[in-house]
Amino acid sequence: MRHVARHVPLAVTLLACAFLLIPIIQSILAGLTVNYFRGLSSGLTLKWIGQVWQLYSGSIFLSIWLALACLVVTLVLGVPAAYVLARNPGRLSRVLEEFISLPLAIPGLALALALLQLYGSVQGFRTSWTFILVGHVLYTLPFMVRSVLSVLAAIDLKTLEEGAASLGAGPARRFIDIVVPNAMPGILAGALTVVTLSIGEFNLTWMLHTPYLKTLPVGLADSYASMRLEVASAYTLVFFVMIVPLLMAMQWASARAQRIMQ
Amino acid sequence: MSRRHFVFLCLLPLSIFTLAFLAIPLGRLILASGESDRGWGIYLQILQTPRYLSTLLQTVVVSLAVTVAALAISTTAGLYLVRNRFVGRNVLLSILTLPLAFPGVVVGFMIILLGGRQGLVNQLLPGYWVFAYSITGLFLGYLYFSIPRVLLTVMAAAEKLDPALEEAARTLGAPPWRIVVDVLLPALAPALIAAGAIAFATAMGAFGTAFTLATDIDVLPMVIYTEFTLSANIAMASALSVVLGLVTWAMLLIARSFSGGAVAAGG
Repeated sequence: MRHVARHVPLAVTLLACAFLLIPIIQSILAGLTVNYFRGLSSGLTLKWIGQVWQLYSGSIFLSIWLALACLVVTLVLGVPAAYVLARNPGRLSRVLEEFISLPLAIPGLALALALLQLYGSVQGFRTSWTFILVGHVLYTLPFMVRSVLSVLAAIDLKTLEEGAASLGAGPARRFIDIVVPNAMPGILAGALTVVTLSIGEFNLTWMLHTPYLKTLPVGLADSYASMRLEVASAYTLVFFVMIVPLLMAMQWASARAQRIMQ
Repeated sequence: MSRRHFVFLCLLPLSIFTLAFLAIPLGRLILASGESDRGWGIYLQILQTPRYLSTLLQTVVVSLAVTVAALAISTTAGLYLVRNRFVGRNVLLSILTLPLAFPGVVVGFMIILLGGRQGLVNQLLPGYWVFAYSITGLFLGYLYFSIPRVLLTVMAAAEKLDPALEEAARTLGAPPWRIVVDVLLPALAPALIAAGAIAFATAMGAFGTAFTLATDIDVLPMVIYTEFTLSANIAMASALSVVLGLVTWAMLLIARSFSGGAVAAGG
């Protein structure tokens, strides 16, 4: 009995792995086989990937474009703000950090409803890609700010800046020459998080998108509803190929930022 | 340029963006919920209408079940992975954190591949079990994206545990299950509460998974979606969103008060 009990944790771990991994393998196989129902014996093919490219390459490029635009905006909005929050730790900073973190707590669907009700009738904006961009920035900004903030909070910024100031460097010069280089591990981790999350964002995007502006995950939902299983699987495979390296890079950068902080 | 000016300039872009696209829209959402004939009584109407009430209950029950299951599985697996070093450990860890970057729709598709009409289970046991489009499928989908999130929180806390405590308990003659109950779980309690709150909040607000799996199962995000798009009942959609947002926000406040960070919520 005791002998059996010792192996329960391993069994649970392996079962959990199987639960997560088996459908991933299924979708990879289904995306590459001629006929999923007849199984691998029907042969391997790249036909479905080709079809995905024909049908959905626009949505893939839109997602990449949105992720890069989102990165630029979160850098411009987030890094200077994180610097100010790190230099002035206090109640007001806590409240501001808490407030911009609301999109982590409030479901994307609710945020999208809020945006739609306020800006839904602004024609040029509602139908442009910048409307989706706003949603993505809203959702990813807290990750950028927190990532940079946690690195900056761990170093003695004040002393470094005083040194530079005594040599005559103004605030902007100090920001560029001292703050940004020191914050780099946090900026890198934040940037990879922003891009990864933006490429995968669905909940907000589904509400904000228009038929002419489908992102990758919106296209995925579309293919799950209306395409044959092989095409849906091939599209999912394309998504995996894009997102898994990003996820790994993001985890590596976050671990690195944390190591540097210690 | 003085320091004050520079600080002002640093905060200006973020402040404008947050005001225009977060503060004012959220205010508008709250106001919109009171703009039907019933005014603010709409919140009372949620509790008085059987459909909304049962939706609310069903969402809470599924989310609670997912939270308990994810805590049990991820704590077991997390403790095992923290305390044992073996060949393939990193592979297992990678597999268990892989779904972190999957959007809810993809998780829904994973469950369809397992338990849909053309899914694995139905292929192995034809005609027996198609569970993807039921509440079971929803539960498994939520579990799929909750396991990695809970696992990371639990492992981070377990790595900081002092092994001396456990050794002391062992030398005092405690059997393994007593060590788990009396030493490990109390030490991990803050992390477990935090992870549980995050899992609960994520499951409550998960839209993508429900959207892919279950257009006819009444969970809160789906009902909000149909009220808004099909019934054009803007006030009710807004009111339900406010309720949902308050619940998930409160959950994440609990999580943050028990442990520092929060893991991305999106399902």
